[in-house]
Amino acid sequence: MIEISHLTKRYGALTAVDDISFNVEPGQVLGFLGPNGAGKSTTMKMITGFLSPTSGTVRVCGHDVEREPLAAKACMGYLPEGAPSYPEMTVRAYLEFIANVRGLSGARRRERLDDVITRLALKGVLEQVIETLSKGFRRRVGLAQALLHDPKVLILDEPTDGLDPNQKHEVRKLISSMSKDKIIVISTHILEEVDAVCNRAIIIAGGKLLADDTPQALASRSPSGRLDDVFRQITTGVQPTHEKEAAHA
Amino acid sequence: MHNVCAIFRREFASYFATPLAFVFIIIFLLLVGVFAFYVGGFYERGQADLAPFFNYHPWLYLFLIPALSMRLWAEERKSGTIELLMTLPVTVWQAVLGKFLAAWCFAGVALVLTFPMWITVNYLGDPDNGAIFAAYIGSFLTAGGMLAIGACLSAATRNQVIAFILAAVVCFGFLLSGYPLVLNAFRIWAPQAVVDAIASLSFLTHFQSISKGVIDLRDLLYFGIVIATWLIANVIVIEMKKAD
Ligand SMILES: Nc1ncnc2c1ncn2[C@@H]1O[C@H](COP(=O)(O)OP(=O)(O)OP(=O)(O)O)[C@@H](O)[C@H]1O
Ligand SMILES: [Mg+2]
Repeated sequence: MIEISHLTKRYGALTAVDDISFNVEPGQVLGFLGPNGAGKSTTMKMITGFLSPTSGTVRVCGHDVEREPLAAKACMGYLPEGAPSYPEMTVRAYLEFIANVRGLSGARRRERLDDVITRLALKGVLEQVIETLSKGFRRRVGLAQALLHDPKVLILDEPTDGLDPNQKHEVRKLISSMSKDKIIVISTHILEEVDAVCNRAIIIAGGKLLADDTPQALASRSPSGRLDDVFRQITTGVQPTHEKEAAHA
Repeated sequence: MHNVCAIFRREFASYFATPLAFVFIIIFLLLVGVFAFYVGGFYERGQADLAPFFNYHPWLYLFLIPALSMRLWAEERKSGTIELLMTLPVTVWQAVLGKFLAAWCFAGVALVLTFPMWITVNYLGDPDNGAIFAAYIGSFLTAGGMLAIGACLSAATRNQVIAFILAAVVCFGFLLSGYPLVLNAFRIWAPQAVVDAIASLSFLTHFQSISKGVIDLRDLLYFGIVIATWLIANVIVIEMKKAD
């Protein structure tokens, strides 16, 4: 369970996240949508305890992220934006390091490592230095890192960015297959992805929560029934029909 | 504890994953040799001891140690891995300690690799091996103090060049405050107590006192306090500005 209440983050005069509150329950796959600079990554950084909120609280698995950071972090897996990882390490050494820090040992450790290596098809690059991997593979290594300890809560910031269509499909399948008893929050700019994997979507812009509904219900808000149009309408206030006319003119 | 260990192992291995380890060790050994033989007059003195070898260690460390410490945190900031590290279930303390110990151990490895010097003096004469051992300890502690300074300053920036320069300048201050030239300048106008206080802040004073062959508790305490203080500052810097 993620409980976010009145979460606010200010950078000087800029309010990146503005008084956002919502809860996420197990079984929900929450798509986090919004234009560039909306505050999606900032919100995720506060959920995972990397950034301290200016005000408001986040509780994950019953632990306040600011007060009990270790307990909260232990039940979360996080793929930061851009999937940063240690470039000079091999994929194997990197995953072993994460397993060490996550306190995995013995048979479970081997089982978990095998599981993420198979799921993300990393077998062929295990001995390769991360620096020399292609962007998509680096993203997959980042995902493997987030999934390694089989966390209850997964926070994935643009997990399919840079993946080829096959891998996008695989990762979506992966997310759907894990969704039953987990909480998964993904941010994305690919709206069809929201249709494909999410059972709830939140749209934010300018740090404010503008919509919170199922993807189907959101899509039906537009006469065209397309999520793209609803997204544009909500985040810019422009009616999609007007846009079409402008495009024709 | 297993977290400190995991971070230590990752950091230590990362020195060897890049040419940094080899470049550092070779340059260190070369310079140590050059200073001992050419500048220090190792042979000309006609004495079987390692004083000309150890005397230059603090000055070599002045630019070699910042080269080791500059990457510790600045690189994590630059590449964004600090976000990964700080969202893993590790405390800032564990990360700071693991990183510092890895760098210190690496400096220790470079120092241990100077053992041919020790073999040479034992071959040429009959040196006081106890004093040599003490001097090695003093040198290692000086390296530790400078690394703690460098690690803290590396945490303050994402730019490794800035981290290097800051560390070199602060270490220079900590060395210089024990140099007669500086102390004399203070002696003219400041009371003796102030001069002593400034001298007692210096790596040089404590390093030289240990290198004479007596490992005094006060000198050990000094290095302990310097390292602890800078590591605490390191933790504070990380906690204050994790993200930018
Ligand atoms: N360290 C910082 N200092 C100042 N402003 C920042 C900082 N980090 C983020 N911001 C600002 O906060 C706002 C929200 O940024 P955020 O990264 O959360 O956006 P986002 O929704 O993830 O966008 P994108 O879709 O491009 O990833 C932006 O206006 C950004 O410029
Ligand atoms: Mg973002």
